[in-house]
Amino acid sequence: MTSSLAQASIACIYASMLALTVAMVAFAISFASGRRRQPATAVPELVAVGGGGSDLVDAHDPGQPGQPGQPGLTVEAGDPAMQPGRRSGNVGMSVTWLAFALLLVGVVLRGVWAHRVPWGNMYEFSITSALGILGVFLLLSLRRDLRWLGLFVTIPALLTLGLAVTVLYTEAAQLVPALKSYWLIIHVSAAVICAGAFTLAAATAGLALIRRRAERGEVQGFAARLPDALRLETMTYRIVAFSFPLWTFAVVAGAIWAENAWGRYWGWDPKETWAFITWVVYAAYLHARSTAGWRGSRASWIAIAGWIAFLINYFGVNIFINSLHSYAGV
Amino acid sequence: MTAIDPGQSPLPPLGTVGFARWAWRQLTSMRTALILLFLLAVASVPGTVLPQRGNDPIAVRTWIEDAPTTGPILDRLGFFEVYSSPWFSAVYLLLFISLIGCVIPRARHHWQAMRAAPPPAPRNLMRLPDAMTWQGPAGAVPQAAAYLRARRWRVVTGGTPASAESPATHWVAAEKGYLRETGNLVFHLALLLILLAVAVGGLLGWKGNVIVREGRGFANTLTQYDAWGGGRLVDPAGLPPFSFTLDSFAVDFERTGSQRGAPRSFAAEVTYRSEPAAQPQSAVIEVNHPLEVDGTKVFLVGHGYAPHFVVTDRTGTVVFDDDVPFLPQDGNFTSTGVVKVPDGQPQLGVQGLFLPTAALDDVRGPHSVFPAADDPAVFLSAWQGDLGLDGGAPQSVYSLDTAKMTQIGLEALRPGQSWELPGGQGRITFTGYVRWASFQIAHDPGKELALVGALLAIGGLMCSLFIQRRRIWVKVIDADADGDAGPEAMPAAGAPDAPTGARTTVVQVAGMTRTSTLDDLQAPALLEEMKALAEDLRSPGKEES
Repeated sequence: MTSSLAQASIACIYASMLALTVAMVAFAISFASGRRRQPATAVPELVAVGGGGSDLVDAHDPGQPGQPGQPGLTVEAGDPAMQPGRRSGNVGMSVTWLAFALLLVGVVLRGVWAHRVPWGNMYEFSITSALGILGVFLLLSLRRDLRWLGLFVTIPALLTLGLAVTVLYTEAAQLVPALKSYWLIIHVSAAVICAGAFTLAAATAGLALIRRRAERGEVQGFAARLPDALRLETMTYRIVAFSFPLWTFAVVAGAIWAENAWGRYWGWDPKETWAFITWVVYAAYLHARSTAGWRGSRASWIAIAGWIAFLINYFGVNIFINSLHSYAGV
Repeated sequence: MTAIDPGQSPLPPLGTVGFARWAWRQLTSMRTALILLFLLAVASVPGTVLPQRGNDPIAVRTWIEDAPTTGPILDRLGFFEVYSSPWFSAVYLLLFISLIGCVIPRARHHWQAMRAAPPPAPRNLMRLPDAMTWQGPAGAVPQAAAYLRARRWRVVTGGTPASAESPATHWVAAEKGYLRETGNLVFHLALLLILLAVAVGGLLGWKGNVIVREGRGFANTLTQYDAWGGGRLVDPAGLPPFSFTLDSFAVDFERTGSQRGAPRSFAAEVTYRSEPAAQPQSAVIEVNHPLEVDGTKVFLVGHGYAPHFVVTDRTGTVVFDDDVPFLPQDGNFTSTGVVKVPDGQPQLGVQGLFLPTAALDDVRGPHSVFPAADDPAVFLSAWQGDLGLDGGAPQSVYSLDTAKMTQIGLEALRPGQSWELPGGQGRITFTGYVRWASFQIAHDPGKELALVGALLAIGGLMCSLFIQRRRIWVKVIDADADGDAGPEAMPAAGAPDAPTGARTTVVQVAGMTRTSTLDDLQAPALLEEMKALAEDLRSPGKEES
């Protein structure tokens, strides 16, 4: 009975990986055959408003023909369904939703099987992080057209899941005593959402760097299919602005838990220190965004550095460094 | 206006005051704050790679011993106490000074801005992005003002009378979102509060560690601790006078699967008194469930085994009879410890290995294969000579200084077995074992303050990142300033609330955000607010509800 639950969980996760692979291919086709976007100053951007008001993409276009008395109305160029790559982009989005649902079921079944929240070891952290990456992406996609970003989200999600099922897989049933606390739910859920958001922000920051470099010369090839660097940078900012308070909360919740478990709220344990470093780097990112000369590519680099600090904290500290937080179970 | 040629403006000589002002301006600039943040991140890294004294003093000692050249140099440079090292402190103190220098002028500026009226409408409102305009009845100005005030905008109204060139205009200027900057300031001040809380904890807090064996007690006085550290303002004689006895310690390990040997539960059952005369009370201390007595918390942080030994000398007199805490060396609780018997000629010392589930192989030697005491055994190595206790230098109870001793034999014992020492020196009996639990006992008077600071920081952060400082202007221009034909041209049917009758005007609505980091894109939320306002103004029959 219990082992069949575990098998069902694994089956869901493999099915989710299969769906993600399909979505990734669809997004890749969509991206490769997609429209080339010239810098907004050169050609007025005509935006397909697919998923409702895509405020990020169409809100402040210098070339936008805003009509008096009809605020916010965007003018379409032709039939949006005819745009190249659109159909495969839609397939990608739908299949990503399917992958998310399958993964959600897989994570929940894992928890049901183990009779606890499914956050007891690195395998479980990883499948939940992949859920976080997809979740944040899909949530954002409800408000704006993000098909162009799909490829760069399905890749890290798939990599995370691949690592989880191969290297990190554990049969662990029960929690070690240190994890038996309701703070586990509070602390880890916040951290997992941040994992998703930071990954997304790193993706948009990386794309912004590519696009920014291309915009210095003639925009062609890969970069031509990306939105404006300015938009990518603003999107990065918004994702970080959303996740930074959440990360602060995750660190504070961890400190409260540490006080309750170990008798001090801050002890410079490697995990705590890397959480602090991640926090400081993202704080630097936010400061860079309001410093002249730092807002563009430099800020994007800092966003990527913050994500790397986060990854070091997750993989590096769990596996290679002796820490109070060594719950990897591998 | 004349352009300033930078090449022709000679730099004025900097005096002391000038230099101080220049230095202060540099220190409090955003760019400096940015660099200091990077430095703080980088300076934090070595403490996660190198062992730190505060967390693992034994690992630090081993590290330095293994690296005789670099070890002492790194030690002198503070790399084993990174977070209290001068260079780390310098970075964060400079950062906090920079923060103060940045926050004070901003607070002053914000105070003024909060009391200032929103600026009047720009001359050409329609140039702003997403501006809207339509023709409508007069009365939009008071309606817009009332609408915006009801939504807690700061509102001023004004107007210019008709002149030869332009018709009469009336306008509403409204501003909202001051909480953004308030939140920003609160966030930075909250960081100062957290720093203060850490300082309070450092000066007034204390913590200690103690190992307590089953059946033994602990009283909260300095001499009972194995390790104790307190702030400068703590009186070690004035610790709260509680005491407790460890009645029993229960531990449970995973027995199957890949996580075999992982701990599943620990529980220390204690009887405690908050002061010597108080009623004894029972409590269970578990990981995540500390015992709180008198503002002090007792945490369960570790556990292990204490084998019991009876040592008799060559005459048969019992010279040692006690259980000795052994320190676990691995996840299966292969534990090491020392028995010192100073009352003998020559003195006797025993190095021991306690194995809760004993195994022996050629590669690893004696070791434990499971953390529970399923098949306990001790492996002993007896030494005789001078224990070195008389020198007065403090000695660890967990290690034997064998410099002046000679090894006299090796033996493995199961519970109940005895070992006759070579040469009739005496006999060692391994009678059994008890468990021990280690506790961290801590008092940090700064932690509540730190929590308040952290919560304020999160709240301030959310305000400063999610709220936008924004302005809306409504401008009403008399469409037909020179004639009376206007009113009839566009009758506002059924507009009873238009006080000036059916006079037609041109209404313009525009807005902009005033936030430094979001101005790349027009804020969607503001656009929604503008649309809602426009809708309200264009349906004059609808009353505010």
